[in-house]
Amino acid sequence: MLAHAAHHGPPTSFIRKYVFSLDHKVIGKQYYALALVAALVGMALSWFMRIHLAWTSAAIPGLQLLTKNGAPGGVMTPEFYLQLMTMHGTIMVFFVLTTAPFAAFGNFFLPIQVGAEDMPFPRFNMMSFWVTFTGFVVLMASFFTGDGPTLGGWTQYAPLNAVGPVGGPGQGLGVILWAASIALFCVGQLLGSLNFIPTTLDLRAKGMSLMRLPLSAWAWFITSCMGLTAFAVLMPACILVILDHVAGTSFFVASNLVMNDQLLPHSGGSTLLWQHLFWFFGHPEVYIAIVPGIGIVSHILITNMRKPMLSHRVLIYSMGALAVLSYMVYGHHMFVSGMNPFSSLAFSFPTLVITIPSTIVVLIWTFSLYGSKLRINSASLFALGFISMFVSGGVSGFFLAQPSIDIMLHATYFVVGHFHLVMGVAAMFGIFGGTYFWFPKMAGRMMDETLGKIHFWLSFVGAYCIFMPFHYLGMAGNVRRYSTFVDDFLQPLIRVHRFITVAALITGAAQLIFLYNLIHSRFWGKPAPDNPWEATSLEWSTPTPPPWDNFGGKLPVVYHDPYQYGVQSSVGDYVMQTSPEQVKKEHDEK
Amino acid sequence: MAKFFAVTIIVIAILSAIPILRHTWVAPEDISTHGALIDEQMTETMAEAGISFLAAQFILAIFIWKYSNRGPDAKIKSFPGGAKGLVIAALLVVGVEVMALGIFGVKAWANVYLTPPSAGAMPIQVQAGQFAFYFRYPGPDGKFGPIHPELINEGSQNYYGLDPEHDVDSRDDIVTAEMAIPVNKEVHLLMHSKDVGHSFYVRELRVQQDFVPGLDVSLHFTATKVGKYEIVCTQLCGLGHYNMKAYLEVMSQADFDDWLKKEQAMQ
Repeated sequence: MLAHAAHHGPPTSFIRKYVFSLDHKVIGKQYYALALVAALVGMALSWFMRIHLAWTSAAIPGLQLLTKNGAPGGVMTPEFYLQLMTMHGTIMVFFVLTTAPFAAFGNFFLPIQVGAEDMPFPRFNMMSFWVTFTGFVVLMASFFTGDGPTLGGWTQYAPLNAVGPVGGPGQGLGVILWAASIALFCVGQLLGSLNFIPTTLDLRAKGMSLMRLPLSAWAWFITSCMGLTAFAVLMPACILVILDHVAGTSFFVASNLVMNDQLLPHSGGSTLLWQHLFWFFGHPEVYIAIVPGIGIVSHILITNMRKPMLSHRVLIYSMGALAVLSYMVYGHHMFVSGMNPFSSLAFSFPTLVITIPSTIVVLIWTFSLYGSKLRINSASLFALGFISMFVSGGVSGFFLAQPSIDIMLHATYFVVGHFHLVMGVAAMFGIFGGTYFWFPKMAGRMMDETLGKIHFWLSFVGAYCIFMPFHYLGMAGNVRRYSTFVDDFLQPLIRVHRFITVAALITGAAQLIFLYNLIHSRFWGKPAPDNPWEATSLEWSTPTPPPWDNFGGKLPVVYHDPYQYGVQSSVGDYVMQTSPEQVKKEHDEK
Repeated sequence: MAKFFAVTIIVIAILSAIPILRHTWVAPEDISTHGALIDEQMTETMAEAGISFLAAQFILAIFIWKYSNRGPDAKIKSFPGGAKGLVIAALLVVGVEVMALGIFGVKAWANVYLTPPSAGAMPIQVQAGQFAFYFRYPGPDGKFGPIHPELINEGSQNYYGLDPEHDVDSRDDIVTAEMAIPVNKEVHLLMHSKDVGHSFYVRELRVQQDFVPGLDVSLHFTATKVGKYEIVCTQLCGLGHYNMKAYLEVMSQADFDDWLKKEQAMQ
């Protein structure tokens, strides 16, 4: 039986409209607001960390408010550094990079882009957000309970994650809250994925064949398929960690371990089991963060190039290939973990192969610019910046895919530079691009272009100043996750860390320009027309902002491929998907 | 603005490449017999990744420069050859490039991990625990005494949980906080953790290997240059992770024999 969009009436009360809303658009905005708050918290934590790394004994005013014992006089202790680092990674990966590009934009625009009134399970959708929100609250609560958040890093390696308070500050209640938070997050994303998949497959408007879906819709669909399988593995893993703490089980703690001269009361657990479960989720997660960005950037670029990509299909197939391969490469996180060394080689080759679809995506983007009429605005600048960052972060993957080189670079700042550029900054640029592009539809007002461009320049140059030197530090052997650099060989590198810290503070401050622009434009921005970018896809055929049922009670009919630009029509050089007008193409689409 | 953006991309690309070309921050000199292969692999990968990086950024910049903000009369064009040519190029150029890297890299990896230590390799145990390494030499009998985890006691300095009263093999074992090895002699390092995950990283030796609680892991290498080097932990192990380190001293055989005798006398 085909799914159909749930027919709920327009909300009447404040609570139904803005809090427990069934409307995918409100839920999308709620996800965006959550990601925004999470990003600000995550960024503030990174500021504290960077100041400490550059000037270890510096007092940071107000830091003691976040912790009971972690910052006497505002000076960070080593354990508090690790707690902040863990929270920074967890907040950013889960509550920003997954939440904003996938859950926020996907919720708001996927149903509209396919031509549906809503998702098939709006109650699940509402639950998805509120469960995720609860996960965030639980994570934040760990700052204010017991001896603070866990210090085990966002990867929470076993058995440190399962030995309990004897492992250090935050390793008792802190870990339990972390695991509970992530398990809740997984439930939220599973519910979200369960909605995204049938929305794409079953709720498409008349004439909207799969190949007529915009690339952003394809990206969300592929991401939700990944989400369904990846989060379904991480959630039980988190539950097993909690059981190791509260139920006396030993899933992740081996026999005969000794801490504080006491034999631990565990036996028979496996250290590597956690790593396999975590990375089976963890590597697809990288693509869960970046594939929506690939779709969003393609969508923005096409609109601003005024021509379609060289191949719509090849981009879709490449995103699909990235998704499938992402499950076959996860062992590259474990080359020196003690896993069988033959496995390292087996995981190395798919990792090298995954550079091929990534390269194809970059080549299609870049060479599609050829012969275009590129419009430069905040959205397209961030989209182009995404390509640059994706390339810079991607090429360092050549190194890390090889076990022999990983011997030198594993657990160094090289890895930190790699993933920050390719899944951190690139994904953030996708979010920013998406915001500048879709804000008019979401808020009904235009954002300030001048502020947007200033934000772009500071972010683009700043991100390179921060993350490119990370690679050099890693090549010199600078180990990551150190709160202070006491080793002799690290002393000459501290000046590089100081440069990075200054760049991070300036780049971080530039994000406040974005925040100001977002809030100011929301209330006082220029009213947005229905289709400010002269775009073709369905979200621009609705009124601005779209009514509660998206299309005013009349489902659209689709007549064209998603990106009919560079044509001659009655409205200009484009024809909307919903326009029955037949147009003459100026060029051949290959 | 588009032209300025294009120039910025090119300037950033060139500035990023300069420290690499000038070898400003690189790994220290290799002091192992297997490290040359890793270094060679690193150099080849750097060349291929570097060329890809510069080419991609330059082409992006050139197209932004050329095709931005063209007037309304400008004609839309498609790249000659279309997507097909690009896909074939990606498959041929990048595909062959990464496969070549992968296949050549197997040799460097195999040297460390897929070949067993030679029969004459010197066994040394290393135990990692929050937040120190302890090393054990088997003594004149060539045998390590058994470990009794319940006897591990840092206060009484029984780091390994040895019971020399009952275990004959333990009586001549030498436990040290620093690692010394003879130059040009293969070492077979037997690694275990007493508590959580740790790692053994010596940049100069081109080795990095995690300790896996519950598993015995081994590593073998030969140091070729006398000197003092730092062993650091690279696996997050708790609040003192940043400070978990030990020194590795590579000595002549005669100096090593003296050192071992002195250490034995101090047990």
